[in-house]
Amino acid sequence: MISKRMFPWLDERLGISGIYKTIFDRMVPKVNWWFTLGSATLFLFALQVVTGIMLSVYYVPSPDKAYDSIQYIMNGVAFGWLIRGIHHWGATLMVITVFLHMLRVFFYAAYKYPREITWTTGVLLLLATLGMGFTGYLLPWDQKAYWATTVGTSIAGAVPGIGDFILRALRGGNDLSGVTLARFFSAHIWMFPLIIIALIGVHLYLVIRIGISSIPKENE
Amino acid sequence: MARSANVTRRGFITSVMAFAGSVMGVVVGLPVIGYLISPALNAKKSDAWIPAGKLDTYPLGVPTSFSFTRTQVNGWEKTVNSFSVYVLRDASNQVKVFSSICTHLGCRVSFHKSSEEYICPCHDAHFNINGGVVSGPPPRPLNQYESKVDNGNLMIHVIEA
Ligand code: HEM
Ligand code: FES
Repeated sequence: MISKRMFPWLDERLGISGIYKTIFDRMVPKVNWWFTLGSATLFLFALQVVTGIMLSVYYVPSPDKAYDSIQYIMNGVAFGWLIRGIHHWGATLMVITVFLHMLRVFFYAAYKYPREITWTTGVLLLLATLGMGFTGYLLPWDQKAYWATTVGTSIAGAVPGIGDFILRALRGGNDLSGVTLARFFSAHIWMFPLIIIALIGVHLYLVIRIGISSIPKENE
Repeated sequence: MARSANVTRRGFITSVMAFAGSVMGVVVGLPVIGYLISPALNAKKSDAWIPAGKLDTYPLGVPTSFSFTRTQVNGWEKTVNSFSVYVLRDASNQVKVFSSICTHLGCRVSFHKSSEEYICPCHDAHFNINGGVVSGPPPRPLNQYESKVDNGNLMIHVIEA
């Protein structure tokens, strides 16, 4: 515990209470429970990061070991089923909360001036979250994962003109292979998470800077 | 704080939140620690008696090589380790089973009939027929396995760390 005398000393140098006031003691209009969905999403994202890091302790992204390593997590490691379960259901829940959060912003018309960039980063966050789901789904490397990604990448391949190229770029070749698994893994644990963290940074900066919109009145 | 005469609403909520947060931290934190150290707790010694064939098929007084493999499972990985030993039977049916791993740095020794010695090719160590060091760098005699004879069958006791 930081003692009563230590804290002012640290605070004078670090400005902790200033940060605290800006983030937590800011003015908010009278709102309702729908306004907690962004925070719920943020919490779920943090949970996904922690459980994801834990899973990466045992998971191996190679075609001949991915499935076995997950069997090991489920049956061989203490609480492996719990960590994987949280990551699995957390992913589903996060997509739901992101979506509901977007709907609340839409129905309260909170995307209007001056919050266009908050909305835009939000759209990118939605896409990145879906990207996490798409890349994560392949990682168990079981039949469901394999065929879901086969179909998913084929859909992307149906784009006129450049479809074939997109398909090959996603799969890292003509077929789903170990190359696909490795690049999906990389996207899932590095690219998308870093993109999401950066976007959340901008998103929340704007939420704090501009403040939350109040609930629209009847004839606004 | 909770002991002071007037507990403020804010103070009460802070305490409740701190308590609930700590409980959640423990409930989540303990499984995570268990998860991380689990392989260390599950790794146990395994031992087995390996059948090495009829004892009377081994010649008297001549170390005879016998090889076998053991499979070990580490997490999602199976490793096959191969073992090779020298079986030495004497006239009174006493058996010695020597590991062929050199006690210097772990190369494989082989028995040379001409000199009646086990010779290690790596740093030219010589062991006598009973495993004792004759010359060279090894610090101690060849390791021996425990063995027993069961219905005329030789059994070798292998302990894996
Ligand atoms: C990882 C995904 C996301 C996280 C962590 C997140 C987080 C947050 C948080 C904590 C707030 C504060 C207000 C509230 O919670 O309602 C907020 C506000 C906002 N979000 Fe998001 N959000 C995400 C995705 C989105 C999406 C998909 C959209 C829309 C396409 C969006 C648009 C907005 C807008 C416009 C605001 C300002 C609302 C206002 O001022 O009333 N966000 N976001
Ligand atoms: S390893 Fe056998 S003599 Fe060095």
